[in-house]
Amino acid sequence: MDQLLINPNYPHILSTLIFLPLAGALLLLFVQNEYFARYWALGISALTAILSLPLVSAFDTTSAKFQFAEQYNWVDSLNIQYVIGVDGISILLVMLTTLIMPLCILASWSYIKTRVQAFMICLLIMETAMLGVFMALDFVLFYILWEAMLIPMYLLIGIWGGPRKIYASIKFFLYTLAGSIMLLVGIIWLYKTNNYSFFIPDMMWQNYSLTAQVYLFLAFFLAFAIKVPMFPFHTWLPAAHVEAPTAGSVILASVLLKMGTYGFLRFALPITPAATTLLMPYVLWLSIAGIIYGGFTALAQQDMKKLIAYSSVGHMGFVTLGIFVLNLEGIEGAILQMINHGITTGALFLCVGMIYERTHSRELRSATGVGKYMPIYVTFLAFFSLSSFGFPGTNSFVGEFMILAGTFKHSTTLALAAIPGAVLAAAYMLRMLQKIIWGGTDNPDQSWLNDLNMREIITLCPFLFFVFWIGLGPQPFIDLMHISIVNLLDQFHAHQGQAVAAAELILH
Amino acid sequence: MDITTVSSVKLLIALLVPLIGTLGVMFMGKNENIREGISSIASIVLFLLVASMIPTVLSGKTLIFHMFSILPGVTVTLRADGMSMIFALVASSLWTIAVFYSMGYMRAHHEHAQTRFNACFALAIFGAIGVAFSDNLFTLYLFYEIVSICTYPLVAHHQDAEGYNGARKYIVYLTTTAKAFLLPALILIYVLTGTLDFAPNISTGIFPPDVNKSLVIMLYIFCLFGFAKNGVMPFHHWLPGAMVAPTPVSALLHAVAVVKVGVFCTTRVMLYVFGVDTMHALNLGIPTAYFVGFTVIMASVLALSKNNLKERLAYSTISQLSYIIMGVALLTPAGIDGGLIHIVNHAFSKITLFFCAGAIYIAAHKKDISDMGGLGKTMPFTFGAFAVASLSMIGAPPVAGFITKWNLLVGSIQAHQIGILLILIASTMLNVGYFAPVTIKAFFGKRPEGETYQGIKEAPLSMLIPILIACTISVLLGIFPNFMMQFVKVVTG
Repeated sequence: MDQLLINPNYPHILSTLIFLPLAGALLLLFVQNEYFARYWALGISALTAILSLPLVSAFDTTSAKFQFAEQYNWVDSLNIQYVIGVDGISILLVMLTTLIMPLCILASWSYIKTRVQAFMICLLIMETAMLGVFMALDFVLFYILWEAMLIPMYLLIGIWGGPRKIYASIKFFLYTLAGSIMLLVGIIWLYKTNNYSFFIPDMMWQNYSLTAQVYLFLAFFLAFAIKVPMFPFHTWLPAAHVEAPTAGSVILASVLLKMGTYGFLRFALPITPAATTLLMPYVLWLSIAGIIYGGFTALAQQDMKKLIAYSSVGHMGFVTLGIFVLNLEGIEGAILQMINHGITTGALFLCVGMIYERTHSRELRSATGVGKYMPIYVTFLAFFSLSSFGFPGTNSFVGEFMILAGTFKHSTTLALAAIPGAVLAAAYMLRMLQKIIWGGTDNPDQSWLNDLNMREIITLCPFLFFVFWIGLGPQPFIDLMHISIVNLLDQFHAHQGQAVAAAELILH
Repeated sequence: MDITTVSSVKLLIALLVPLIGTLGVMFMGKNENIREGISSIASIVLFLLVASMIPTVLSGKTLIFHMFSILPGVTVTLRADGMSMIFALVASSLWTIAVFYSMGYMRAHHEHAQTRFNACFALAIFGAIGVAFSDNLFTLYLFYEIVSICTYPLVAHHQDAEGYNGARKYIVYLTTTAKAFLLPALILIYVLTGTLDFAPNISTGIFPPDVNKSLVIMLYIFCLFGFAKNGVMPFHHWLPGAMVAPTPVSALLHAVAVVKVGVFCTTRVMLYVFGVDTMHALNLGIPTAYFVGFTVIMASVLALSKNNLKERLAYSTISQLSYIIMGVALLTPAGIDGGLIHIVNHAFSKITLFFCAGAIYIAAHKKDISDMGGLGKTMPFTFGAFAVASLSMIGAPPVAGFITKWNLLVGSIQAHQIGILLILIASTMLNVGYFAPVTIKAFFGKRPEGETYQGIKEAPLSMLIPILIACTISVLLGIFPNFMMQFVKVVTG
């Protein structure tokens, strides 16, 4: 297992990150105190965030291997192992998850008033599952955590959600579950084909037959495209976002959606390179469809959460576009854009949540003209909105720029087809911003609104910090992923050639 | 870094001064004297900083300040060269004058939200200075977009239906063109050349010789339309729409800062990204000159039909902006000289005209030209300044505009383009046609029925003095053209 790199200074850092939130959640089961629950959850998630920092400082940017690896036998009879590790593809997502969780808890401080302990338990279990998904290198471990995530998320929407919470939570659950059934079939096939091993790195870069690859790719595609979500598999997303509590929306947008695109990079490209090459054009045009569709639909929304949800469809379309142009700029841009979307859209959902806490409405109409009374709030909102439509100097611009540069290298037509998406993004974000800050001549009376309090400002500041850090100095972030992507593409091109040649041999 | 570039933190300070001014204005908004004091101090400091760069730039050196590295070949870097100085000097010097003027205007008119107004005004200047000092396309685009966003609150200032409509049109035109044309152009240029830095001189451009020609032509067209602040038809509608803003905004931004950002970017890209040689090789220059020639004539014709003084000035601006692009597009030495120097000449003359329009509105509450008959006798200084600035627009000696016209005419002859020559002559006639009646009506026309002009006198001194200063500079630029021309010569070599 030479794909693993064990770091002797931090032998158990990843397991600590995975199990600390879970342990925290278990303890909360025995405590019946709301105040304690809030502080405890905040403390645990903050501790996890701090403990995750050495991942970045001790990460070897010259190696494409899975670092900080840990490996234990788990179910010997089925050869299931507990193997975890991070590489350039997953490290940023792990960091995003650990850093965003304390902020989600801060954002729920006064928003959640009922069953606070249960809510915090759900959030902490979520964190364990999410981190596990990004770290797992055993396919069964991955699949268990992938499915395990559904339950706390289902509860977050179903218990603390809005008026149509049951509909939304069931829709979310069924969509994601349906997608992953085929994934399980694929996993079992891979297990059989690979000498009864679930070890993911060993499944990569094997020359499976083209037919098998196409079936596998379709299984992966269904699971991951629903998760991203790609057009036309997106309909669960607006429903879930609208009904979810703020923290749920933030986790959903910032982390959960990334699992789909992460899945493409981790599994679809290395395990089915020939099928990826074959089906790439369809995925690319589906991404374009998502970008344009998301943009137009967002433009028509009156509900702020729906607007941001549809904008996510567009933004994630850019991410899949970047992944499937299959060049360095595209994929690096896509990973960066995954992080950017997590930061910016997460922050936008927080902003909408802050308005909702005050007015108890997500309608754009009822939030018009608050600029005069909440200047601090609209300043934050303005920066995040600008970031969302890729204003130069902010994080999303860098991601979009790299993705489009990669796309232009692949095909000028394709890249030009994505440009209307960028125009639409500016249109719907500026429309929302204009309405919230200025409104029109018939604004409702907003003079009773209070501006942000210190807790809310502290929640938003880290997001703003990253908006500008990635916007003006993205190089450290790109360095983290660079070697892994270079390695991924090298291998991909080597095996894509072999597989396609083999396929042609069979066909003739 | 070669010997002709000098790293200088002065550029950063100059950029930050308007930004600090903005913050000062925001936090001192309660006391209007302190607030306006901060604005004027910031404007003067900025002007002095820019002026202090003059000797270095004139000695043929370029000031550089590196700020951020985004990607290899994409940085945020500031530079001051001949071309930057032309625009930076104009923007910073006119800001000092405009601060006093707008103080007078806003107070006399009891406008609301003056703190926001002053803050956004300073932010717009921050953007304009950033554009002037951009060292590459990314920095240029960054500040270009900052100007778009920060001027929205100024256009929507009155917050009535008319204001919102004008502002919506404004932001839709500017951001849509930027996203639809500039963004893909920027990325494609990066993909083709691996960099977004400007070329060191105006001849070579940054494209490698073996590049796909039709792609470069497409990029050129994208850039021409992408910088829609340049007012080139058919993307000019935002400008008349933006005239709903208070007059100081129209004056400084829609006659100087914003539109000049547009033409500055356009010409900067024509000269320093595509380069004279590439433009010659792909035959881009002369078609561009004729294309914007249409805007020159058409906008003048439209100006003739406007009775609202500010609208007439707006269409005149559209026409005059295209002079600048036309001159540069001729690609002859005199043409480029004439185009670039018009950035300066038009700025001082047009701000005078807008200042006058504002003064007339404050003193007499008149917006329409047809209501101004005989008003010149009541407001002789204002209308006198208006007359002088009109002469500059027409291109009559000894006022600044003459220098432009002369160079453009020489340039069109150098390029052997009789058509351009005819366009210039026709547009001069049209200029006379829509400017002369205003002055003639004011001084020699009859008062409208029942109008006595009782109680009307010249606008307050805080408005009148800026008018006279801007007007005087317009004349001085015509008599001593070499002061600004030496920066143009640094560009053209």
